[in-house]
Amino acid sequence: MSMRTLPLVFINLGGEMLYILDQRLRAHNTSEDNSEKVMNDIVGTMFSKAFMDELLKPQQLYSHRTMKTVLTRLAHASIMRLNPASMDRLYELMVMAFKNQVFLCLRPKDLLLISYNHMDTIREFVKDTPMAVNQVDETHRKIIEAYSSLSEGELQLLRQTLLTFFQDMHVRVSLFLKDQIQNPNGRFALTTSGPVPHGTDVPGLIRIFDCRGREVRRREFPSGGSYTSSIREGSFELHGNRVIRLGMNMYTVDHPEETHTSRAPSVKADGSPNPLAKEELNLLARLMGSMKTENKPKDESGFRINLFNTDKEEAEFLVQDEQAASELARIAGQFEEEEEEKPEKPSNNKGEELLAMMDDL
Amino acid sequence: MYHKEKSIQIKNSASALYNNLSVLRIAPRRLTHFTVVHANMVNMVSASWDGLNYTHRQLQSKEPNVATSTSLIMQAAFCVLPSRDLLVVTSQKGIQMYESDGSIMVYWHALDTPETPTAQAVFARGIAAVYENYICVGVSSGAILVFDVPSKGSNITLSEVLEEHKESITDMASECSGSQECIANLVTADDGGNLCVWKSGEEFQLLNKIPGFDMSCSSVKLWKGTAVAGYGTGQIRLYEAVTGILHAEINAHARWIYSVDIAPFSGLLLSAAEDSLVRVWHMTITPETNSVEVAHLHNECVTDTQICGARFCDGDGYAFAVTGYDLSEIIRYIQS
Repeated sequence: MSMRTLPLVFINLGGEMLYILDQRLRAHNTSEDNSEKVMNDIVGTMFSKAFMDELLKPQQLYSHRTMKTVLTRLAHASIMRLNPASMDRLYELMVMAFKNQVFLCLRPKDLLLISYNHMDTIREFVKDTPMAVNQVDETHRKIIEAYSSLSEGELQLLRQTLLTFFQDMHVRVSLFLKDQIQNPNGRFALTTSGPVPHGTDVPGLIRIFDCRGREVRRREFPSGGSYTSSIREGSFELHGNRVIRLGMNMYTVDHPEETHTSRAPSVKADGSPNPLAKEELNLLARLMGSMKTENKPKDESGFRINLFNTDKEEAEFLVQDEQAASELARIAGQFEEEEEEKPEKPSNNKGEELLAMMDDL
Repeated sequence: MYHKEKSIQIKNSASALYNNLSVLRIAPRRLTHFTVVHANMVNMVSASWDGLNYTHRQLQSKEPNVATSTSLIMQAAFCVLPSRDLLVVTSQKGIQMYESDGSIMVYWHALDTPETPTAQAVFARGIAAVYENYICVGVSSGAILVFDVPSKGSNITLSEVLEEHKESITDMASECSGSQECIANLVTADDGGNLCVWKSGEEFQLLNKIPGFDMSCSSVKLWKGTAVAGYGTGQIRLYEAVTGILHAEINAHARWIYSVDIAPFSGLLLSAAEDSLVRVWHMTITPETNSVEVAHLHNECVTDTQICGARFCDGDGYAFAVTGYDLSEIIRYIQS
């Protein structure tokens, strides 16, 4: 399938992550200094040249486990610490939000507008830090360059690759349920009304032509929906009105319960414990290596953020996760080349870095 | 006109791929095979006509005797030839051909994949059985591989590579009216909406090229010399294949069309799209007078579902089946 999905996946999932973190930081009455620092650190790492260049290389989309690992590392590029259960919950929210956007976008090209919506909001989060803004702008330019020339067919292939990635995920998100974007069974609502995509005509017309191309007959048929003409096209430039709302920040009002998720009944949890393929661990190592992270000893004055309201909820999730975390550590151990027991010294050994990161999970 | 019948449950959900449903009716055994692609496997269900027996089988895409990871499948389709039926599965790695019940793989063709991945994706997509004993398969580069299929056995050979399309092949279809008189017997479609019309033989002959408008044609059928094409804009167009004359244009769907199918004995046309709607039309085509007529007959809405496959289950269009992204069932409708 498409070899160009990774940059868009990280920008959109990363964007959703920042939206949620921003909302939780506010809900916890975190100091403005701390909040700003968290945002700047994560954005700085995510939009760093090294990381983005790595993502822009043509490659397959990898597993949820790899995605989650890299995103955890991104989150931990800041002074904030998320426990594994919180990270799981965060990942589910991020993925379901992005799945909704990809599912509902009117045409494949709108995937770019969704990505630009995320980048616009991220730019707002770090607007007081010129260096971070520059990084976002630079990345935005690279994305425009890489994707503007793709045909609708190629963008649809990209979208289909993303849909395969999200397949069978039906985690219920309380905000979506409340707004009736999602049904109680976890599936998204799809209306047969509203504007048609740019370039599409409102359904309902049959036209017959003669051999010379002249229209000889036209007839209407009931479309079974109530569609309207397409709205104006959004801007694909660095700055501009994107017009579509998918990809904008849903969490702007402070409602703590809105970051709640619950599994739809009889749906399997994400990913049976599959050993990570060697290619995936290589990708992981390259991505970790390209992330500029400051070396902070683990017990510095970081602060913990919790997405759960009760210890009981947290405990339920922790049980599931221990298994996965130990599985990952075991696999990482299989690929490690040498043991280096010097955590203070910056390590060049990618396997060591990987293992150290696994320990953090 | 149609009402919903009991759905067939499948082992996993359908992936969002064009033409993601293939149907093979086996009258002597009173059963019908259905295939639906899920990521790297093909779900096959064989349903007996009395509705009492359902047998399931799953096929994965991988090179025979190689333990490497499987690759994502783009399409699975039954190919009906005079002497035999085969199931063809196309993926990122290559093309597999199975006996029609999925029991034995009779042929494997590997695609040329570059050492380091390029930005252009590599995969095979678009499958058609063509008179008299050919199976054609499209490739992401735009090339069409023509395989010569003997009446039995596994001595299938690559007979020709047609290089006319410049964009990825999306779908292809052979003349389904059963008439031997049609000059053209294959139409191929690509991501730019371009259609190529061919006559099969030891060397395939290009009869016509119908340009697209930079809008992908995701599904195409050929009936009585008329190419019926479904596009990403939701439009359906009927072209006289050999001349390229546009006979009819329908603003059929509000989203990308994923599947069109024709019931050759009755002239019924089925179209399905991401807008959750399946529509049934009737075509009257009289090649002698060059006249084409299209009438809309029926709509079905599969609530909250982006449809990815729709096929008639028989040549008259008495029944049709539908698959949708993330849905683990094959929904069936029969005429009231």
